[in-house]
Amino acid sequence: MNIIEQLSREETARVTEGKRIPLFQPGDTLRVNVRIKDGERERVQAYEGVCIARSGGGLNESFTVRKISFGEGVERVFPLYSPVLASIEVVRRGKARRAKLYYLRDRRGKSARIAERAASRAEQEEASEVAAERAAAKAAKAAD
Amino acid sequence: MTVSRRTGVLAKKMGMMRVFAEDGAHVPVTVLSLEGCQVTGQRTAERDGYTAVQLGAGRAKAKNTPKPQRGQFAKANVEAKSRVVEFRVAEDMLLPVGAEITADHFVPGQKIDVTGTTVGKGFAGAMKRWNFGGLRASHGVSVSHRSHGSTGQRQDPGKVFKNKKMAGHLGVERVTTQNLEVVRVDAERGLILVRGAVPGSDDGWVEVRDAVKVARPDGAAVPAAFRAAGAAQTETAE
Repeated sequence: MNIIEQLSREETARVTEGKRIPLFQPGDTLRVNVRIKDGERERVQAYEGVCIARSGGGLNESFTVRKISFGEGVERVFPLYSPVLASIEVVRRGKARRAKLYYLRDRRGKSARIAERAASRAEQEEASEVAAERAAAKAAKAAD
Repeated sequence: MTVSRRTGVLAKKMGMMRVFAEDGAHVPVTVLSLEGCQVTGQRTAERDGYTAVQLGAGRAKAKNTPKPQRGQFAKANVEAKSRVVEFRVAEDMLLPVGAEITADHFVPGQKIDVTGTTVGKGFAGAMKRWNFGGLRASHGVSVSHRSHGSTGQRQDPGKVFKNKKMAGHLGVERVTTQNLEVVRVDAERGLILVRGAVPGSDDGWVEVRDAVKVARPDGAAVPAAFRAAGAAQTETAE
């Protein structure tokens, strides 16, 4: 393998250590927990909205989350592997027929709705894995 | 205070990528690889009038190596190298012939200077070559929007001064980028991650030295981080 590719994978592994990045696609509603440095203290702030695009590949992948904040459309682009992201949660899976949902920018309210989608097999597997992990963690805690 | 100069290394530019800092900042890095960077000769003041180490790196086929050079490599007891350079060093920084320099020669956070041959741009106009502004888009300018404009005065001096910045060949030039930061070092694989861009194309050879304008950190190996000739040979024998 090309050394740059290999280093990128290692860097990806290093950054995602102890962290799970869920499967999600454009159309899904996400809650992104962002670490914010507040003077000395560090806190986590949630940013919730619809994922309207994923772009780039590998270590360089990023995704765009759009929400309406106080009547004003806000879009934030997050690097997928940024250490600033504490976690990403999928709140709702949405059905989208294209990869980039930029048409949502011109829409408001009723016309900006996205139909709900059933979880794919991979996503179901992932959900059961997460549940198993949680149960294991709980059991470990109870054992203590 | 003058610090005695260490040798640099001869490395191959592999390409660029990014790494993440703890605070989420993206750090653009160039990956440099040390590929069998060995000492192939010494230059001493009494014999040559100056002190230097000669380093070779990369692999060359014996049949494609000139016969005189093959003799030099045989004398140094190293494999044929595809690129050979000399680094001037202080007398106490000379290295034994055959020593293979390792990537931990540099320490993270250290400043380095990197020399390479820039990517060729061919015949370039004054805007690209010298960052001239060009002429206006309108107001009567015709055809010559990207021209350099005036090149001098009138009958006196009646000539274009030498070194006037004009269109011409750009690139394929030896350039040193100073004060680049070493981000990470991987001695096992012989990799150095340098913050920012380095002159030259991917797979090109670059010379990496301690920065001349910033003092070398205390943690850096003196006279160099290297594997001795014997150790290097057992490794290649495997």
